[in-house]
Amino acid sequence: MEIALFIENFKDCFNETAADSINENTIFRDLEEWNSMMALIIIAMIDAEFGKVLTADNIRESKTVKDLFNCIATQ
Amino acid sequence: MPLFSVSNIQIKSVAACVPSQTEDNQSFELLNETERNLFIKTIGIRYRRIVESGITAADLCTKAANAILTNNNLNREDIQVLIFVSQTPDYLIPFTACIIQDKLGLSKNCMAFDINLGCSGYVYGLSIIGALLQNMPGAKGLLLVGDCSSTCISMQDKSVAPLFSDAGSATLLEYKEGEQMHFHLQTDGKEFDDIIISDGGMKHPFVSDSLLYKEIAIGQVRNNLHMKLDGMKIFNFALREVPGNVAQLLEYSALPKDQIDKAYFHQANLLMNERVRIKIGLPEEKVPYTLYDYGNTSSASIPLTLCAYPIQSQNVLLSGFGVGLSWGSALVNLNEADILPILTY
Repeated sequence: MEIALFIENFKDCFNETAADSINENTIFRDLEEWNSMMALIIIAMIDAEFGKVLTADNIRESKTVKDLFNCIATQ
Repeated sequence: MPLFSVSNIQIKSVAACVPSQTEDNQSFELLNETERNLFIKTIGIRYRRIVESGITAADLCTKAANAILTNNNLNREDIQVLIFVSQTPDYLIPFTACIIQDKLGLSKNCMAFDINLGCSGYVYGLSIIGALLQNMPGAKGLLLVGDCSSTCISMQDKSVAPLFSDAGSATLLEYKEGEQMHFHLQTDGKEFDDIIISDGGMKHPFVSDSLLYKEIAIGQVRNNLHMKLDGMKIFNFALREVPGNVAQLLEYSALPKDQIDKAYFHQANLLMNERVRIKIGLPEEKVPYTLYDYGNTSSASIPLTLCAYPIQSQNVLLSGFGVGLSWGSALVNLNEADILPILTY
């Protein structure tokens, strides 16, 4: 599983955030568009695109986009 | 494994009732305009129905039950079982079904009791009343299922307030040779506090501190008498458990998936329900939604959706999932069911 593909799918979840402002080191909670609904959208995207489970604890304990990727990369 | 069938019981009629007062999530001030639009598009809820003070789930269910009794010109003496499924009873003591039994003018020869269940309550309730009635040839039963969740949510909590709506329902069941309903019911109490009102029960009785409002996060202010909901955990729970539950039910009942005529899910949120639908493998046109107009009506959401999108069909899938955590699915025959239009209180 490639992080680049994960980041592309992550970017697609956002409507108002410029795609080039998101990379693996982005602190996702600092994105203006981030909120609890975005968390659900990310969980749904990961389920749909990668067949993996991102838990509530994964999101709470993650800081960057790469942290989220790491949570599911080893599943 | 709680996979089982109920024999010789038919769903005869379904009615649902909502309050007339409507709230519009486009006016929900704790979300900004962008968030409101995202919420309505993603979670799928635009309008919510809210009871006036003093009106309860029992009142909504009673109106729905009266409509069924009148519409079917039933002798009230014939109702021998009355079950009220709700998390918002009239009183802590006594149980609410006894009050409804009196209001409906049912006879003393009627067993009546409550069940405390939420999102899965309609499916559980059908299985219980069906199992009772199958041993009572000639008897009829009323399953009343509903909640007024608006009475126990904080309007200052954006994680809960724009979701919940009030509704009640009634379902008439009766003995009929040859009928079968199939059920698969499950529970995982490890995550009982994912949806919880922590105070006011016997574990944490009401104290003055129960009324203290706390800011959990920005836009999330509530006290311990208000409902708390962990949306992310519930989301993952539904994706993890519901598709497998339905698959096992279909295997048990030997019904090929493509022979399901319609599937009525608990109306939780559109994003989650759509993932569940896709994972089960059901086409969009077979899964109706009432989320936009009526929100998450807890235990009443399945019968409410039946009334909004009535069907007379043999292979109907019902699936409820949520608080408990509790989930269950049923395959029922609605070929001869008289499904009434949604009533307003």
